[in-house]
Amino acid sequence: MELNSKIPAGPVETKWTKYKSSVKLVNPANKRNLDIIIVGTGLAGASAAASLGELGYKVKAFCFQDSPRRAHSIAAQGGINAAKNYQNDGDSTYRLFYDTIKGGDYRAREANVYRLAEVSSNIIDQCVAQGVPFAREYGGLLSNRSFGGTQVQRTFYAAGQTGQQLLLGAYSALERQVALGNVEMHTRHEMLDVVVIDGKTRGIIARNLITGEIERHAGHAVLLCTGGYGNVFYLSTNAMGSNVTAAWKAHKKGAFFANPCFTQIHPTCIPVSGDHQSKLTLMSESLRNDGRIWVPKKQNDDRKPIDIPEEERDYYLERRYPAFGNLVPRDVASRAAKERCDAGYGVGTSKMAVYLDYAAAIERYGKIEVGKKGLSNISKEEIIALGKDVVKEKYGNLFDMYAKITGENPYETPMRIYPAVHYTMGGLWVDYELKTTVDGLYALGEANFSDHGANRLGASALMQGLADGYFVIPYTIGNYLADEIRTGHISTDHPAFLQAENEVKETLNKFVNCKGNKSVDYFHKALGKIMWNDCGMARNKEGLEKAIKEIKALRTEFWNNVMVPGTVDEFNVELEKAGRVADFIELGELMCKDALDRNESCGGHFREESQTEEGEAERNDEIYSYVAAWKYINAGESELNKEPLIYENIKIAARSYK
Amino acid sequence: MEHTGLNLTLKVWKQKNAATKGAFESYDVKNISTDMSFLEMFDVLNEQLISTGKEPIAFDHDCREGICGMCSMVINGRPHGPWNGTTTCQLHMRAFKNGDTITVEPWRAGSFPVVRDLVVDRSAFDRIIQAGGYVSINTGNPVDANALPIDKKLADKAFAAAACIGCGACVAACKNSSAMLFVSAKVSQLALLPQGQPERSSRVLSMVDQMDKEGFGNCTNTGACEAECPKEISLENIARLNREYMSAALASEE
Ligand SMILES: Cc1cc2nc3c(=O)[nH]c(=O)nc-3n(C[C@H](O)[C@H](O)[C@H](O)COP(=O)(O)OP(=O)(O)OC[C@H]3O[C@@H](n4cnc5c(N)ncnc54)[C@H](O)[C@@H]3O)c2cc1C
Ligand code: SF4
Ligand code: FES
Repeated sequence: MELNSKIPAGPVETKWTKYKSSVKLVNPANKRNLDIIIVGTGLAGASAAASLGELGYKVKAFCFQDSPRRAHSIAAQGGINAAKNYQNDGDSTYRLFYDTIKGGDYRAREANVYRLAEVSSNIIDQCVAQGVPFAREYGGLLSNRSFGGTQVQRTFYAAGQTGQQLLLGAYSALERQVALGNVEMHTRHEMLDVVVIDGKTRGIIARNLITGEIERHAGHAVLLCTGGYGNVFYLSTNAMGSNVTAAWKAHKKGAFFANPCFTQIHPTCIPVSGDHQSKLTLMSESLRNDGRIWVPKKQNDDRKPIDIPEEERDYYLERRYPAFGNLVPRDVASRAAKERCDAGYGVGTSKMAVYLDYAAAIERYGKIEVGKKGLSNISKEEIIALGKDVVKEKYGNLFDMYAKITGENPYETPMRIYPAVHYTMGGLWVDYELKTTVDGLYALGEANFSDHGANRLGASALMQGLADGYFVIPYTIGNYLADEIRTGHISTDHPAFLQAENEVKETLNKFVNCKGNKSVDYFHKALGKIMWNDCGMARNKEGLEKAIKEIKALRTEFWNNVMVPGTVDEFNVELEKAGRVADFIELGELMCKDALDRNESCGGHFREESQTEEGEAERNDEIYSYVAAWKYINAGESELNKEPLIYENIKIAARSYK
Repeated sequence: MEHTGLNLTLKVWKQKNAATKGAFESYDVKNISTDMSFLEMFDVLNEQLISTGKEPIAFDHDCREGICGMCSMVINGRPHGPWNGTTTCQLHMRAFKNGDTITVEPWRAGSFPVVRDLVVDRSAFDRIIQAGGYVSINTGNPVDANALPIDKKLADKAFAAAACIGCGACVAACKNSSAMLFVSAKVSQLALLPQGQPERSSRVLSMVDQMDKEGFGNCTNTGACEAECPKEISLENIARLNREYMSAALASEE
């Protein structure tokens, strides 16, 4: 199939403006007769639901949590980017565009990324107008911090709870529309299939998680805002419920899945402490603003960190990448940590950790406070105490979280950190309008593949989710719905609805009737292990081929031997998990296939066969400058389609942070 | 860190659905690492139950990072358990001793009916927000974010109130099942900020009205909510809510 990305003609700076001024519109009276289904209420879904409700469309929104406010976006910590140039440090739309393309290792689509950079500053205005309490300076203006892969300060934040504050802003806008009758909210509902009639998306099948009832919902368009699929690895920084089911069901109904193997492994997470571990906790990238990362210069050094003198510490990021130091992009920082640990320099009981040290920052901030307050005759202890207060204000909730989980005090001793699965750049293929390869089916936020190429820069996911929901979809959906005004009411009695419903029921019954002897978690953990070992931070042909075989075998075993207690018509957590794991298993196989196909290293995708002598990732633009968009054929069988990536504004170069 | 294996007895509330009566059931778990989180201990218990053909215990959770507000267990009589300023998911087994018996119940409040076992229905909170917990602006082209400087002290206070995760522990902790701390957090955030001013009076009146309609009890200033709130939302917010309500009510009579 020919993939048409529908990029508007003209120079990149004017594409979006031109598109907006020439796109088809739907008049207000017609909007009232058009139903839009939005699955997911994270930043992407909540902002889309609120904005489309405001425009007058009839919106039905769904989430599996008990409230839209609990979507996984709530957990985002560090911040959101915007090209405001408030710091007067040389930022611009172009620079944010350039940083994002380069950060993504030249595997993202220029036109989409430019638009993202263009609307970024509007997002901050919108959120502030909603009452989002961003951090401020004493003068009352907004404060900024730095994130990896950039040399400007463009990240807006609310302590270590930026996602929470942004989501609560979008959630309150959404609830306002619920109160006004423009949005109908369905919580504790899980979408289990998309309904397609004559090539057009006409609705979804959802399960009421409280009663187990299977429901049909019709709409003139369906938006999937269902987040990322990092939990395919079992252990990740994602919330426990994050899953791929909605996207995967859409994939099976014809939506192409793009770059599934592009996974972001975040360098700074609390290391695994034992087999019981259920999830991994992120220590925000913002900590790399002030923290310094190091390991001992001696292998297997068992001394306590404070007993290791300065000259015996290896600040390996500062050593290898002097230009960006501790603020290199995530993929680079993660690989560097793995390299040190694999070489025997790791710390902690597992030796799979490196230090993130705040001692120097605490002292530096303490001295600044002394200066600010005009104090004299101050002891070192007092300086440290003042510095700790500053660090507490900036990162307090993160330090507390570390202390609770590890039982150690990060104000006194360096934190131990290690990379963990965090974000998925891959997702449903979408065109410039955020439409998938199925008519009327859209994907927004982390669920699509669009803007981050092979590696996402920190603080850019929140930006993308809100850009998609507040500022892109309200325009692009009109272009499709303008032709739907004559469709009229869609009946859920159509045979396609009945068939989809029956298939969903059949699958659910299969789970509970299987009565095997292994729990759903057993399979999820087994899949996670395969994925982490062979499709994780480093990948190679042999490992990927082995992983594909193992996953196929795991799939067979799952369907023959899974144990799901209880029935289908009740609140049944194990049943929910079974459906998600079944889809993860199929996705895992596709990820490995995609990783196998791409015999180059780019961004988060590191093929051991393709590296420089210094161990840096080596791209192969001649062969692999494309988006890999997979079409579903059968379980375990997919067809590769390629969308060539064309760079007209940015010169492709080797990515260097040295 | 020290690793110790704990043997524990759990007395857990089991209830099939809202229509049936519930009761405590006892379970033994063995060799629980002190490094585990409380919910990971429940994962172990559930695996144990599934492997013996029994139904696992239903409980709410998602982020396991103390921010989504989903987890909700009353542990030994305290919402979110023994550690102050900590959600259930962030509580770790270090808090317990070998041989302990731990009682685990759902939030108990008329306005939070039990869905199953430890899972309750907190949709009343969403309806309170629908009544006015927002600034009425549409998506569009608002003024530049820095056009309106805000005193850092005010912004910080608003942020502290906005940190509420909507978990409902304050209601569970209160003998009157009052939702005042939750409501006051949202009212305060928006009353403190310039963006919240135009709807300042109508907001407080209609949110309090909705709170009453949902059947939450009155506040008698016992302070149990603040003591159990995982985000340490301050009672000051309730005082502010009362002031806001008084002056709005007076103004609306005029
Ligand atoms: C710990 C952590 C910290 C982060 N920090 C940052 C940061 O500082 N800056 C940044 O830019 N990014 C950050 N990210 C990334 C960012 O948070 C996410 O990429 C982003 O929030 C995703 O938003 P979303 O709207 O696409 O999806 P989500 O917020 O994941 O929402 C998904 C929604 O879909 C619903 N859903 C899913 N499947 C179904 C189904 N089948 N049926 C019904 N509903 C369904 C869920 O209920 C939920 O409402 C962080 C991520 C993590 C894990
Ligand atoms: S005020 Fe505290 S206890 Fe109450 S809902 Fe908010 S965070 Fe939970
Ligand atoms: S699970 Fe999210 S706060 Fe506890």
